[in-house]
Amino acid sequence: MMFEYAPAPESRSIVDIAPSYGLFIDGEFAEGKDTFKTVNPASEEVLSEVALGGPEDVDRAVAAARRAFGSWSALPGSERAKFLFRIARIIQERSRELAVLESLDNGKPIRESRDVDLPLVAAHFFYYAGWADKLAYAGLGPDPRPLGVAGQVIPWNFPMLMLAWKIAPALAAGNTVVLKPAETTPLSALFFADICRQAELPAGVVNIVTGAGDTGRYLVEHPDIDKVAFTGSTDVGRQIARAVAGTRKKVTLELGGKAANIVFDDAPIDQAVEGIVNGIFFNQGHVCCAGSRLLVQESVAEELLSSLKRRMATLRVGDPLDKNTDIGAINSAAQLERIRELSEVGAAEGAERWSPPCDLPDRGFWFAPTIFTGVTQAHRIAREEIFGPVLSVLTFRTPDEAIEKANNTPYGLSAGIWTEKGSRILAVADKLRAGVVWANTFNKFDPTSPFGGYKESGYGREGGRHGLEGYLA
Amino acid sequence: MPESSVSHRGFSTPTGGPGVGSRHRLSVRKTYKLFIGGAFPRSESGRTYLVNGDNVALASRKDARDAVTAARKAQPKWAGATAYNRGQILYRAAEMLEGRRAEFVALGVDGDEVDAATDRLVWYAGWSDKLAQVIGAANPVAGPYFNLSAPEPTGVVGVVAPSSLLGLVSVIGPAIVTGNTVVVLATNPQAAITLAEVLATSDLPGGVVNMLTGDPAGTAPWLASHDDVNALDLTGVTDPALAADLERSAAGTLKRVLRPPAGTVDFTADPGLQPMTALVEIKTVWHPKGF
Repeated sequence: MMFEYAPAPESRSIVDIAPSYGLFIDGEFAEGKDTFKTVNPASEEVLSEVALGGPEDVDRAVAAARRAFGSWSALPGSERAKFLFRIARIIQERSRELAVLESLDNGKPIRESRDVDLPLVAAHFFYYAGWADKLAYAGLGPDPRPLGVAGQVIPWNFPMLMLAWKIAPALAAGNTVVLKPAETTPLSALFFADICRQAELPAGVVNIVTGAGDTGRYLVEHPDIDKVAFTGSTDVGRQIARAVAGTRKKVTLELGGKAANIVFDDAPIDQAVEGIVNGIFFNQGHVCCAGSRLLVQESVAEELLSSLKRRMATLRVGDPLDKNTDIGAINSAAQLERIRELSEVGAAEGAERWSPPCDLPDRGFWFAPTIFTGVTQAHRIAREEIFGPVLSVLTFRTPDEAIEKANNTPYGLSAGIWTEKGSRILAVADKLRAGVVWANTFNKFDPTSPFGGYKESGYGREGGRHGLEGYLA
Repeated sequence: MPESSVSHRGFSTPTGGPGVGSRHRLSVRKTYKLFIGGAFPRSESGRTYLVNGDNVALASRKDARDAVTAARKAQPKWAGATAYNRGQILYRAAEMLEGRRAEFVALGVDGDEVDAATDRLVWYAGWSDKLAQVIGAANPVAGPYFNLSAPEPTGVVGVVAPSSLLGLVSVIGPAIVTGNTVVVLATNPQAAITLAEVLATSDLPGGVVNMLTGDPAGTAPWLASHDDVNALDLTGVTDPALAADLERSAAGTLKRVLRPPAGTVDFTADPGLQPMTALVEIKTVWHPKGF
C-alpha cells in the first residue's frame, strides 16, 4: 500500500542566488562577454544568468593559475593543508545552504544532497588536506612534485562532489586549477569560489570558468596546462585523449559505465532489492557507476522481480526539496529526451517495459522509474549508457554465464554481487573487469576509497592514496 | 668482440669432425622467425629483410593481429596464475638468459648489458608477489565496510620496444610480471628473437610474450587501433610525430598509453614502480561488515 505523506519541503530561503554570476578568475568575479541561463529542472524556472567562458577567458584563467602556481607549490605542505581544512570546515558550516542549492540547480532530492553529496564533499577536503604535508609518504618517491596547472572539467550529476574529487587532491599536491563546471549545473562551483575567498585562499589557486562544451575544449586544449582531469561521457573522453596526443599533459578520465548488478539464487531477496533500487534509482540514475544491468539467476528471477516491482511502487517521485522524495527531476530537457529515446528503442526492440503508477508534476523534467524485462545482450538498452532511472533485466543460469555477460561491454567502471556465499563473492569479484565492485551493497563512496574504471570507462583513480598519483610527478 | 657484422654467424671454431681434418666445419645457421603463441612461425606474408646478413621475418598486419589473438588467449590464465608462479617463471627466464650470454655477445650485445638484462629479470621476478602489497590498500572508509584495493593486469599490451637488449627486457618485465600479455614490436630483431628463445624455454606459457620483427612504424598502427589491445607502450618510438599518431589512434578505445620518454632513458637506473603501475588497474571491493 502507498502511504499518504504530507509535503515536507526544505526551505529554499537559506540560499541567496544572485541574478547573475561572472567568472571567478584570479580571486575576483569578472563579467563574461556572453551569458547563458541555468534553470531549476524541477520547475523550469531560471535560477540565474551565468557567464559563458570564451577562449580569452580561459586564457586569463590559465594565466592566473600559472602565476599562482609558483608560490602555492612553494608553500610548506602544512600550510596548504590548513587552507584545505579551512575549506572543509566552511563547507560543513554552509552545508544546508549548499545542499538546497545543489537540489535546486541539479534536481536531485534534498535527502540525497543533504545526506550523501555534501557530507562527502566536506570529507573529501578533510581527507586530502591531511595529505598535503605527507606527500613523501605516499609511495610515489621521496620528493614527488606537483604538475603545474590542472584543467578540470566536471559533469552535472554530482556537481559539487565532482568538484571536490578534482580540486581537493590537486591543491593538496601543490597544483593550481582551472575548473569548468557543467553547463546545466554551474551554481555550486560559483558558491565554492566564494568559499575560497572566505578561506582566504591565495588568488589564482582556484579559478572557475563556467560555460558549455566549447569552453571545456578550450581548457583541455590550452597549451599551458599540465594536467587534464575529466569526468563525463566516454565520447568526450575519447576526444580529449585525441586532443592531448603528442603533448606531455597528464590525463585522468572517469567516463561512462553499464554496470552489471548480479543477483545469485542464495541472495537475501529483500536486501538485494534495496540494493538494486539504490543501484539504479539513486540520483535519478544519473550515475556513471549505476547498476543499470540487473543480472538475476533464473531460478529466483520471478520472485525477485515481483519484489522489485512492489518496492518500486513505493518510490516517491517529485519535488526535489521535499524531504520525502526518493527520485527527483531529470537534470535537463536534453537528458530527458535521451532517456525517452532509448526507452522507446528498448520497447521497439522487443523488451517488456514496466513502470509503477506514478503521478509526475506538470512542469519540469520527469521520468518514472522504469524496468525492462526480457532484455538480451544485443539490445541497445543492455549496451548503451542511458543515464536515467531505467533498469535492464537479464537472466543467467551459472556463475560463468553471469561473469561472461557482466564483462560483455566496452565499459568497466563498477559491478555488484549479491550472494551469501563468501567464496563466491571473492571468486566473482576477481573475474569482473571493473574498477569498483560492491558486494552485498551498491553505490557506496568514500574519500579513502579509490574510484575509476577499466577499459573504456577511463583511466586513473580518484580518491584514496591512488588519487594523488594523477597530480604528482 | 669482432667488429664484422656477420662474424657471429659461424661460431666457426674447428670441431675436428670425422674426416674434415683442419677444415672449418660448416656451421648450422639460425633462422630468425617470429614468436607468436609460443611457436616460431614465419611471417604469413612470406616476407623477410636482411639484418647483418641474415634473413629476418618481416611481420605483417596479419601477423600483428594473430599475435594479439594469441596474447588475448593467454591472458586470463597468465593473470590467474599465482604471483609466486609468475615470479618463478621470470626467475627461470633470467637463468636461461644467463646461459645464453655468449650468444648475445656474439650478436654484438655488450656483456655488461646482458648481465644487466639478466639482473633486471631477477628484479622483476621478485616483484610478482610484492607489488600488490606495496600499491594495494585496505581503505579506512567511514562506515561498517571492508574495503580493499588491489592491482590487476590491464590486459593485452602492445609494445614498441627500445632497441637495446636491456631496454627490451625493461619493457617486457614489468608488463608480464603484473599478469599482462604482450605483443612486442622489436627494433633489434636478432637479439629480440634470441630473447624469445630464452622465454620459450622458461616455462612461460605460449602467448604471454609475442615478438614481432620488421618495421615497427608499419605494424604499430595496427596495434594502436586494435580493439582488443588495452594498452600501448611507446617507449621505443623515437619519432614524435609517429608517437602522436599512435596515441591519437589509441584514443579510439581509450587504451592506456605510455608515451615515449622525454629524453634518452638510462635503462641501467632503478626503474621504480612506474613501469608496473602504468599497466595495472586498481580494483576496489566493498563488503558490509555485520553479524
